[in-house]
Amino acid sequence: MKLKLALFAVMMFGLTVLTGCEPLTVLDPKGPMAERLASDIMLTMLMMAGIVIAVFAMLLFMLVKYRASNQPADYEPPHIEGNPWVEGILVGIPIIIVAILSVVSVQSNYIVESAPTGYEDKEPLVVYASSSDWKWHFSYPEEGIETVNYLYVPTDRPLEFRLYSHGPITSFWIPQLGGQKYAMNAHVTTLHLAADVEGEYMGRNANFSGEGFAENKFDVTAMSQEEFDEWVDEVKDTADPLTEKKFEELLEPGHLGRMTFTGTHLEFSPAPEHHEKGDKYKDGHEDKKKHDNHSASKKESSEKEHMNHNE
Amino acid sequence: MEFFERFAIPHPSIAIYASMVAAGLTLIAVLAGLTYFKKWGYLWREWITTVDHKRIGIMYLISALLMLFRGGVDAIMMRAQLAVPDNKLLDSQHYNEIFTTHGVVMILFMAMPFIIFFMNFVIPLQIGARDVAFPRLNALSFWLFFMGAMLFNISFMVGGSPDAGWTSYFPLADTDSVGTNYYMIAIQIAGIGTLMTGINFMTTILKMRAPGMTLMKMPMFTWSAFIANVIIVFAFPVLTVALAFGTMDQLFGTQFFTLDNGGMAMLWANLFWVWGHPEVYILILPAFGIYSEIISTFSKRNLYGYKSMVASMVLISVLSFVVWAHHFFTMGQGAMANSIFSITTMAIAVPTGVKIFNWILTLWKGKIEFTTPMLYSILFIPLFTLGGVTGVMLAMSAADYQYHNTMFLVAHFHNVIIPGVVFAMLAGLTYYWPKMFGFMLNERIGKWTAWLLSIGFLLAFMPMYVTGLDGQARRMYTYSESTGFGPMNMVSFVGAAIMAIGFVLIVYNIYYSVRYASRDISADPWDARTLEWATHTPVPHYNFAITPEVASSEAYWDYKKKNHELYKGDYEKIHMPNNSGIPFVMSCIFFGWGFSLIFSLWIPAIITTIGIFVCMTLRSFEKDHGHYVSVKEIEDTESELRGA
Repeated sequence: MKLKLALFAVMMFGLTVLTGCEPLTVLDPKGPMAERLASDIMLTMLMMAGIVIAVFAMLLFMLVKYRASNQPADYEPPHIEGNPWVEGILVGIPIIIVAILSVVSVQSNYIVESAPTGYEDKEPLVVYASSSDWKWHFSYPEEGIETVNYLYVPTDRPLEFRLYSHGPITSFWIPQLGGQKYAMNAHVTTLHLAADVEGEYMGRNANFSGEGFAENKFDVTAMSQEEFDEWVDEVKDTADPLTEKKFEELLEPGHLGRMTFTGTHLEFSPAPEHHEKGDKYKDGHEDKKKHDNHSASKKESSEKEHMNHNE
Repeated sequence: MEFFERFAIPHPSIAIYASMVAAGLTLIAVLAGLTYFKKWGYLWREWITTVDHKRIGIMYLISALLMLFRGGVDAIMMRAQLAVPDNKLLDSQHYNEIFTTHGVVMILFMAMPFIIFFMNFVIPLQIGARDVAFPRLNALSFWLFFMGAMLFNISFMVGGSPDAGWTSYFPLADTDSVGTNYYMIAIQIAGIGTLMTGINFMTTILKMRAPGMTLMKMPMFTWSAFIANVIIVFAFPVLTVALAFGTMDQLFGTQFFTLDNGGMAMLWANLFWVWGHPEVYILILPAFGIYSEIISTFSKRNLYGYKSMVASMVLISVLSFVVWAHHFFTMGQGAMANSIFSITTMAIAVPTGVKIFNWILTLWKGKIEFTTPMLYSILFIPLFTLGGVTGVMLAMSAADYQYHNTMFLVAHFHNVIIPGVVFAMLAGLTYYWPKMFGFMLNERIGKWTAWLLSIGFLLAFMPMYVTGLDGQARRMYTYSESTGFGPMNMVSFVGAAIMAIGFVLIVYNIYYSVRYASRDISADPWDARTLEWATHTPVPHYNFAITPEVASSEAYWDYKKKNHELYKGDYEKIHMPNNSGIPFVMSCIFFGWGFSLIFSLWIPAIITTIGIFVCMTLRSFEKDHGHYVSVKEIEDTESELRGA
């Protein structure tokens, strides 16, 4: 592990020198998820560099040695069908490389899809991140507050984002904390992140979503748990409550600055997560689970949901 | 909507008005020129009604080159917009329309017809056939493609372009503007043409090979085209269905891809990529075939590892259908699904690597001549390898969470498509030019072009890998200075400008060579190895006076070096198909049909639908058995061509 870290540090240093002074965002991780991805990226870069150099060297050798001007005029190239040994090596080596990368890839898949390593014993902070044209709404159900276009998170605590969209498919991305994931309508996806270091990070929608896409971003501030708690208390004391009418206004297409509210929109407009199993914020329709993935009954249940809210 | 309002452009700009004027003037000039030089009859008899695969091929080529410049202008505008932070050159909407049409035009209306041009022009010659299996269907395929392309191209002048990206993900694409209608219907019309091409060439290659040419003696380009056509036949129906669903959503209020009432936006994404991923192999495999021919010709050696080349292509074609979900690793499909698709995607690197090494080993013990086509092929190997290895990086599904939707991805797919497909087209174009037109393109200008395109390419796309890792998402029409993306994007713009000079040089090369190139060249100017060079230049409309008999994949080489006899027997009368105007007329009606549907003009839509069926009915009652070319005519043509 230490060796891996040292190697990673060396590679990071190399890349930093190569690209000027500041490290590239993705390769400047501030949390365990992003770190794993950055080390995967560096590992593949290194292995791929080996392949590229091998191909370049072979090609250069052939071109220099077998160019027509380097050979007698009467030279007749031979007919060569192939050679099992040569082909065995040229197939075998790529297979070994792909096999190694497959192992790494599968491991990483399970790592990024589960709670961050090192934080397993801590209760995650659940944040519902939903997008609308062209804003991000962050609901903190436990804290009972909601923000628009900015996100405060505590460090050293797992973060569990529940993503969905009120409009087009978007992609929730905070490159320095981890990879992105789609936020879609009628379906909630879960993204696990964590921040190790306090600081300000860039977050944005990475999936094209129309006219206001370029500005569809948000600020992320990672702070200590105490500061985070203070902030929550402050919001509860000072912010206005989020009403259904206000939320409807917020959903109108356009850009907004930062906004803060007490209460969340989940209370009157719950997240579409009847697919999710074992979810503690589900809206209470147990019978819906039976009809998962069945579009007709989904329609039915969404209508039912709607009626319930009118009650 | 008011009747006329829907034809207006929702987001007009000076650039759009200027191009409307330019397009109008060009059209008037062409029509006036045709009338003045009295070429209408010639155009109708020799080109519009032709069923000759060589002429249809050349028409595909002209369309593809036109579209190359249309898509290229889009590209330059995009790079110019992004060259500096907070640029005001284009507004968001205009930028969105431009990258959408750039993607669609380049893949479907530039690369596809270019590949089909090669298939049309080369395959019947390469397998020693007189024409394709269904010549009239071939004409219909071309005209449907052409009308689809034209319909798509008028979108920015009439009603507004699609603006939801070339992937057109719903529900983003589900808008009131007609852009998405254009997308759905224009691609549908062109796609029907492509599907028929696939069937036509599969049949041609299976049934019309010269005597002695077993499957494992087919030249490599024919093999690659065969596999590509099999993929077309399997993949395009998916696109047809997806577009039909999308059209119905747009026009008739069905809700396949909507947000409510059971619509599933991801269904579109799945259907799109079930077609879209194999599609990239439809483009790249024939390109690989072209490289195989060229590298073998100019190394003066047979292709190394013929059997492993074929096996790798078959394997790629199978794998191409089981990797589509890598386009949405970030969809939340879970670690298991991501792992499966990650492994299948990386697996493609193995057969592709086999091909790269086979080309390098073809150079081994060869006698390498650095002609323009060869230069493109040699530049292709390192550049494509770069794109290939970044593909493996993207296939790491967890790491893809960081690459997805960023400029890193944009850099990757341009890094495979430009050296892989575009360079192959330009190499093949230069290689087959003398066979088509009887003179060679200028080598000096050609080599300048190849180098400019390569350097421009590196400058344009390498910075994108860096900005992608730095967090620049794709399709952002602008960015602030604080992001630090500015300098790299400026380098990109310079690279794009150098590439533009390269493409202009191609036009200059054609102009220069038309004027100054020697017409006194042999039918085999490159000292090539396969059958297409065994016939005369210009190629008589019946291709071969006597059907050649072959015993290897390099029949013409054996004929030249080992005195294998190609032509056994005497001249006999040749059966050839008749020209027909129906494919063109029917495609024009299709154009009207598409246009009516796009704008929901129901009465013309019904009339044109009837018109299409009338054309089909007419064809089914037609008694057309083609005609015979007499022995006398063959003798005359042959002696004239031999004398020339």
